[in-house]
Amino acid sequence: MIQIELTVNGRTVREAVEPRLLLTDFLRHRLGLTGTHVGCEHGICGACTVLFDGVAARGCCLLAVQADGATVSTVESLAGMSGLTPLQEAFRRHHALQCGFCTPGILMAATDLLARGTPTRDEIVDMLSGHLCRCTGYAPIVDAIEEAARR
Amino acid sequence: MKPAPFEYVRARSVEEALAGLADGGADAKPLAGGQSLVPALTMRLVRPSVLVDVNDAGLGEIMANGSVRIGATVRQAALAVDERVHPLVRQALPFVGHFVTRNRGTVGGSIAHADGAAELPLCLAVLDGVVVAESRPGRREIAAADFFVTHFLTTLEPGELVVETVWPLARDGEASGFEELALRTGDFAQSMAAVVLRREGEIVAEARVGVGAVTDRPTRLPDVEALLLGSSGHDAAADAGSLAARLVDPPSTTHASSGYLRSLTGTLVRRAIERAR
Repeated sequence: MIQIELTVNGRTVREAVEPRLLLTDFLRHRLGLTGTHVGCEHGICGACTVLFDGVAARGCCLLAVQADGATVSTVESLAGMSGLTPLQEAFRRHHALQCGFCTPGILMAATDLLARGTPTRDEIVDMLSGHLCRCTGYAPIVDAIEEAARR
Repeated sequence: MKPAPFEYVRARSVEEALAGLADGGADAKPLAGGQSLVPALTMRLVRPSVLVDVNDAGLGEIMANGSVRIGATVRQAALAVDERVHPLVRQALPFVGHFVTRNRGTVGGSIAHADGAAELPLCLAVLDGVVVAESRPGRREIAAADFFVTHFLTTLEPGELVVETVWPLARDGEASGFEELALRTGDFAQSMAAVVLRREGEIVAEARVGVGAVTDRPTRLPDVEALLLGSSGHDAAADAGSLAARLVDPPSTTHASSGYLRSLTGTLVRRAIERAR
């Protein structure tokens, strides 16, 4: 077991982990942060996307031991006491989610994308190519991110 | 837990990484961006005894001085915004995985992983780049042409670590094109083509053409390169594409027949040549 200390959603966390524990399983099973979803577990579906030191990354392609010293933000970090983020508001307005399985990963990737500037519609579509959604279709998701980018 | 057990070493320097690999023996593996390795661990396709994490080993810099030296753990996303990186690489980059995987995936990791359908190895081969590997006995430079053996196999020795790759700067009169077809954006290529032409006036004086995914490693096509010399590039593109289609011999896959993949390769080579202007 290896002792790790990291910041998750602003909170300092100290845990002993086996090297083979994936970051996704650490977040879900150790910390109870089940907003990070596990889909394909090989980096394709995007459902497990979190911010790792501020940059969007696949939680399933990271080991929990690699997060020692890191800052991790999950979808639970977005909405606060003052309500939803503008991005989440836009998702609600545009009906950009249905079952919600893919939504946390898309929100975290979009949060990173929007932090870099105002993406074009093409850039949003390109980003979304890394996220599988099986129910809403992608158009309302693109609309929502585009609206959040303008605000 | 999904992966089989392994020991984990976080290397804070190249020396620590090389020591970790040497101590770990033949089953030790370096961990860079992990975008291929961690899924392979999860699926238990690989079961290393020791994983040596090289993300903090000081290999994250890009330096340009006559050539561009890209540290092994430079993220793929960093190439997109760096003017010093050869235009061919920046043309290929949108095809490398996805926005999120490029944030984490590394240049050195992609080269060392040597997937036959990966874009960066093809670019390195077409640009006649060099892989720099270090091990405890020392450091050596390996030309791209001598590096890739077949799918997931390179001439790296046990205990050797890719520390950087060396890429040429763009030269005057040079133009490049990269073309790929995948079933979904960011998915593995069905076929891909990379072309760099250097013209003197309107005439092609130097041609570099390579294909991947339809071959087991990045593959230069010298006969196609020879055909383009002395042409304008554009006027020989169709013939060059036809020749490329005859030169590759991909097996049929679940997605496409051998004939389709040949034809596709010819089309991609033609389009990459047309784009290189």
